[in-house]
Amino acid sequence: MKQVSIPSGANLTALYRELAGDYPKFFKMDTLSKLGFLLTEMLVGEEADRFRPREDRAVLVFSREGCVANDRHYQDSMADFPSPGLFVYTLPNIVSGEIAIRNKYAGETSAYVLEEYDQKLVDALVCQAFQDPVTTSAIVIWADCPRDDAWEALGWLVKKEDLG
Amino acid sequence: MTGVGIIGRSVVTPLGDTPEGVFQAARKGCSALKPYTDTSEVYWASRLERKGFGGDSFFEAVALEAARKAVADAGIDPSGAGFILSTIKGDIEKLGSGDVSLAASAAHIARALGVQAAPVVVSNACISGVAAVVQGMRMIRDGAFRHVIVVGAELQSRFIVTGFQALKALSQEPCRPFDAARDGLNLGEAAAAMVLTALDTPEESAGWELLSGAIRNDANHISGPSRTGEGSYNALRAVLPFVRKEDLAFVNVHGTATRYNDEMEAIALDRAGLLDVPINSLKGVFGHTMGAAGILESILSMEALEAGIVLPTRGFHELGVSAPVKVSACEQAVRGNAFVKLLSGFGGVNGALLFRKGGAR
Repeated sequence: MKQVSIPSGANLTALYRELAGDYPKFFKMDTLSKLGFLLTEMLVGEEADRFRPREDRAVLVFSREGCVANDRHYQDSMADFPSPGLFVYTLPNIVSGEIAIRNKYAGETSAYVLEEYDQKLVDALVCQAFQDPVTTSAIVIWADCPRDDAWEALGWLVKKEDLG
Repeated sequence: MTGVGIIGRSVVTPLGDTPEGVFQAARKGCSALKPYTDTSEVYWASRLERKGFGGDSFFEAVALEAARKAVADAGIDPSGAGFILSTIKGDIEKLGSGDVSLAASAAHIARALGVQAAPVVVSNACISGVAAVVQGMRMIRDGAFRHVIVVGAELQSRFIVTGFQALKALSQEPCRPFDAARDGLNLGEAAAAMVLTALDTPEESAGWELLSGAIRNDANHISGPSRTGEGSYNALRAVLPFVRKEDLAFVNVHGTATRYNDEMEAIALDRAGLLDVPINSLKGVFGHTMGAAGILESILSMEALEAGIVLPTRGFHELGVSAPVKVSACEQAVRGNAFVKLLSGFGGVNGALLFRKGGAR
């Protein structure tokens, strides 16, 4: 199983230029979405037929604090003029939507918030997602960024045949 | 595969606190929508009375109230059950002054209920309620739990209202789902809960059964639905093989009354071959209750099917979508013992649930 991570505080713009570079929408994303986007580039960047539309790949994102860093940015904008561009990122699942759009994944996208990083629970939820008969693989993201300069960001690609 | 039944249901809404009472109110054409003027523009919303709930968090109190009532309705011991909270923004009104963690809210509610399992929060934008029920179904089929308590709750706040205003998504009048003159949605507050259970024998399937559920992404845009209804159609396509067309009494759609959502759903229903099946939207009754919507609207749809009807679509008068969908303007008698609940949301997500009523309850 392929696993990747992004060290806390890494320069995400530099990483974007190295991994993608052709997707200016990246700069509009909140930090959580940037992390999910980059982890996915690391996981599937080399895949053959990478941008072929597909319904058989799920995107499952997990965090402890959802999108709280961006929630604060939106709240700051409320005092002046509430920003629609920030508001759309005040949902913990937008990162899964960004990954689906970039990669043309029309399968399941789900977002979960857990008290702690609990590998056993995450594995169980991922395994249960494969009950959908269409799903044959899943991008799994644990991305938690309470602040824009400090985070946990892990990703892995699970295939149906990997499950016992 | 293990069947999944629904043995407990509850609602906490401005129109009442019992599924039967709220169903009768919706049937009579009541609505909880009222105008509010606490932001720069007027907006209509359906809000809960803050009185009568103890504790630090009104959000946790209403979610707990719904969960307790569903557990009592089911008559189960919650200690061994799974627990899922569906919400989008939880306690967001405390941002900057208190704890806004969705996971902490879920843990607090689960502990107060006496649940021992680690709680799971499903926060999948406006389809959270449907996605949480799908997750509960999977936990039971997996054998992880015999019972799963699924609670959906949402409160409105300046944070959410100003955001939807910034997106120009709110109507300044009561919303008009699928109507030619529709111009936006209304927000709503509610909590609702279901207890799902494993059905091991055919006799146990005499009550409500959750036959299937699916989640699909449009892969198109983060804040606008697909013009072709791709994800909604794919979610429908995933659940429809589990029901005979003649048994499908109605589809309870998302029907937010935004131009784009309702048009998208009409296209998806057309593509799925459902133009002759009655559809309805409950947004004119409760507004868009976000994390509660999937559970609240499913419960009201169960009540309706038990009465042999599809509820009216309050606010609808003249069809304003490109496909000739069969919007139920008034209460209508229906045939069939199954219904589909549809939702769509930001992030391009779409969800569908398929429920079937057994012989007796």
